Amino acid sequence: MRMIGLLLVGMLGGLILWGAQDLPDRGDPNAPAASHPSVSVYYIENAYADAKTPNMVTSVLADYRGFDTFGEAVVVVTAALCCLLILLRRKEEDEA
Amino acid sequence: MTSRYESLFLDLVSRAIVPVVQVFAMYVITHGHYSPGGGFQGGVMLAASIILLRISIGEESYERFPRNVPIALAGTGALFFALTGFLPMLLGGNFLEYAYLIPGMDPPTLRYWGIFLAELFIGFLVWGALVAIYDALTTGGQN
Repeated sequence: MRMIGLLLVGMLGGLILWGAQDLPDRGDPNAPAASHPSVSVYYIENAYADAKTPNMVTSVLADYRGFDTFGEAVVVVTAALCCLLILLRRKEEDEA
Repeated sequence: MTSRYESLFLDLVSRAIVPVVQVFAMYVITHGHYSPGGGFQGGVMLAASIILLRISIGEESYERFPRNVPIALAGTGALFFALTGFLPMLLGGNFLEYAYLIPGMDPPTLRYWGIFLAELFIGFLVWGALVAIYDALTTGGQN
């Protein structure tokens, strides 16, 4: 049984490595994400003019991708609420 | 926390470190426009300062920062972040489109302050959420 699991994990890893062969190299200027008509080029050229924010990462995080950041924030609050709901001790349980 | 040693060094060092950590956390939140950092990182540092007090000085930290505060802080942060998103919708823009926050001001300045508001509320939210998780894990919300 353990050998089957090992085999499956090995096959999955091989599949992922095989798929990664087609990814562009790091820093490749001709990669689709870095070639001219793309959002990353738009961010680099217009981030300062759009939001007067020198740190491009911040303006992408909180402005262009604000909806994504809002989702992340809600996930954090939901995690805290779930921890409280699961772990909070109630008075009745302590007395029983 | 059920029991603890009285330790002068622990008390003094944590009381000296916590204000510095909190001021630096506010710096990280407000300086997110110019340097690495922002709401998530600053909020984690604020939470770490409170958790340091919880570990080192124990009971007194619950008097200064009661148990019902953290989750309220997290919820308030999320609510105000959502309001920052919905206000532009009322004024004709999209969700979180800060350029519509105040009619008549120039959009880049408004987006600058919109980013600042978002970072600030995220900071409070992460602060409250992490302290709430710590309290729930250690004491179950009671002494």
